[in-house]
Amino acid sequence: MGMTILRRMAAATGITLLAAVFTMSAHAADPIKIGSFLSVTGPASFLGDPELKTLEMYVEQINENGGVLGRPLELIHYDDQGNASSARSFASRLIRSDRVDIIVGGSTTGATMASVPLVEQAGIPFISLAGAVVITDPVKKWVFKTPQSDRMAAERILEDMKDRGFTKIGLISGTGGFGASGRTQTLNVAKRMGMEIVADVTYSGSDTDMTAQLTNIRNTKGVEAVLNFGFGQGPAIVTRNYDQLGMKLPFYQSHGVASDSFLRLAGKAAEGLRLPGSPLLVPESIPEGDPQKNIVRNYKAEYEAKWGQSVSTFGGYAYDGLMLAVNALEAAGSTDKAAVRDALEGIQGYVGVTGEFNMSPDDHNGLDPDSFRILEVVNGGWVLID
Amino acid sequence: MFSEFLQFLFTGVTIGATYALIALGFTLIYNASHVINFAQGEFLMIGGMATVSFMALGLPMPLAITLAVLLSGLMGVLLQRFAIAPAKKADVVTLIIITIGASIFIRGLAQLLWGKQYHVVPNFSSDEPIRILGAVMNTQSLWVLGIGTVVVVALVLFFTRTMIGKAILATSMNKQASRLVGIKTQFVLMLAFLVSALLGGIAGVVVAPITFTSYDIGIMLGLKGFVAAAIGGLGSGVGAVVGGLCLGIVEAMAAGYLSSDYKDAVAFSMILLVLFFMPRGLFGAKVVERV
Repeated sequence: MGMTILRRMAAATGITLLAAVFTMSAHAADPIKIGSFLSVTGPASFLGDPELKTLEMYVEQINENGGVLGRPLELIHYDDQGNASSARSFASRLIRSDRVDIIVGGSTTGATMASVPLVEQAGIPFISLAGAVVITDPVKKWVFKTPQSDRMAAERILEDMKDRGFTKIGLISGTGGFGASGRTQTLNVAKRMGMEIVADVTYSGSDTDMTAQLTNIRNTKGVEAVLNFGFGQGPAIVTRNYDQLGMKLPFYQSHGVASDSFLRLAGKAAEGLRLPGSPLLVPESIPEGDPQKNIVRNYKAEYEAKWGQSVSTFGGYAYDGLMLAVNALEAAGSTDKAAVRDALEGIQGYVGVTGEFNMSPDDHNGLDPDSFRILEVVNGGWVLID
Repeated sequence: MFSEFLQFLFTGVTIGATYALIALGFTLIYNASHVINFAQGEFLMIGGMATVSFMALGLPMPLAITLAVLLSGLMGVLLQRFAIAPAKKADVVTLIIITIGASIFIRGLAQLLWGKQYHVVPNFSSDEPIRILGAVMNTQSLWVLGIGTVVVVALVLFFTRTMIGKAILATSMNKQASRLVGIKTQFVLMLAFLVSALLGGIAGVVVAPITFTSYDIGIMLGLKGFVAAAIGGLGSGVGAVVGGLCLGIVEAMAAGYLSSDYKDAVAFSMILLVLFFMPRGLFGAKVVERV
């Protein structure tokens, strides 16, 4: 009888111990959940596709190197197809049922802004990959973003124009969200910098010929330089029409078309135009000693080796988003949401693919306009000007 | 001043000629079956995209274009055989909805096959634009206008001089009577889809150097073409050409002289006006229902 009790006790202790060991190891291996909703298919797939590929690739790489805080990362992602309302429901699913620790996603401004109220209410750190300035201005407690805003692009372009002595600008912009927001920012920045927009015309996304609008700019007295704010195929058509009309004024494009596919579409008509772009386009021209040089070169090499397609600026936003999240998790030492948020806000001097991030309570983007490099098209390729 | 006007006119005529070619495709099928074929834009897309991929295979441009146009024609026949013909007893509205479904299907296939990127087709001839009285014209615009004219003349001859053309016209006027005199109406319908798809393919190839091409180019150009056909009066060949040119020129003039913001608004107000005062369009046939 004594023996039985003893045996039972031993067995019970054994089970408890075993259970304890199990829960402990389960706890140690409990992954940190990174949630994401991206426009992987649909009209904005050129954003979401490289973003998802980047996230998948680096989550895998981080896990091979032992994860973060000794725990592996788990990427939970949904495809919002560029649709803001589905982005919102996916954000809700990530928060409520997947219970993720941090969200890195939102390819478009629409998708991001649709999910912001949910994120703010739930109190979960959210790093957006979308461009417009409204995402972080005014500052929202839980929302951060990695791409430069269109305001910075406008500042960078107008600065370069001013340096070259141009103060009277002809503006042609798309009527889509990107072009319209870019146009507003350009008008504001120009006023602040004492420059004048003497011609202001637009085109819609489905237009196939912008000769009429450009003729108006050409016939406006005093135009010294022309800026086109837009993305998609529109700017490529504008560039070609510009060339056909024989317009010789200095021509600028926005960061919206800073990609090799734009060069392919616009062909030799693009010669000589300037735009603000990511150093990713000119990895070899970045001077030695620039802290971004190695990061940009490695990202480009790793992405292209893994996926067999050329790297894009947009994937770079996802790279920075993930790395900022990892940095913040490590600095916070836990997945406590408030601590991670505070750590994100405190990030200083993180050098990423897009630029150097210096976050602060008033700045949840952390980049300055100089993170844009002014590039010029020379002989069908990008050349770093500044 | 005059050079400005001329510039807007050139721009408008080029876009307009494109719309006219697309509108003609709508007109053909509408005439033969009273169906508005919303997959017309997809023929356009196939013409452009197939040219790009045949050229990527290393085929010379003329051969690539011919194959692409033929492929587009084949698509038209397949569409009629496998989507329209099985539902021949259905009423016109059902058939129109079938064409919308087919267009989504074709676009989806194209997206899988060719990806989502925009592609360039080189100009048929020199890249150097032509300068006339201070205005500039892309050489490709001449190709669009020239090929557009040839196609229109060929269509007129086809419908007035050939037996098959007359059979199509007869079917459009009275299906039962045509059947009684021995016209195979299903065959005629297939023919209408074939010609219309060939037309769409040609339009797609000639405008691709100007507009670029991608899997979804058919949506926007197809809709504008439909609008042009509606202005001209659905079913009228002359109407399609005039409607297309009008739409293009009004768009360009509005963008040039008024504001580019209101360009589309002006074009659409024009449609409202035309259809309000002439519900059958500019050249629409007066239909008398016999009881």
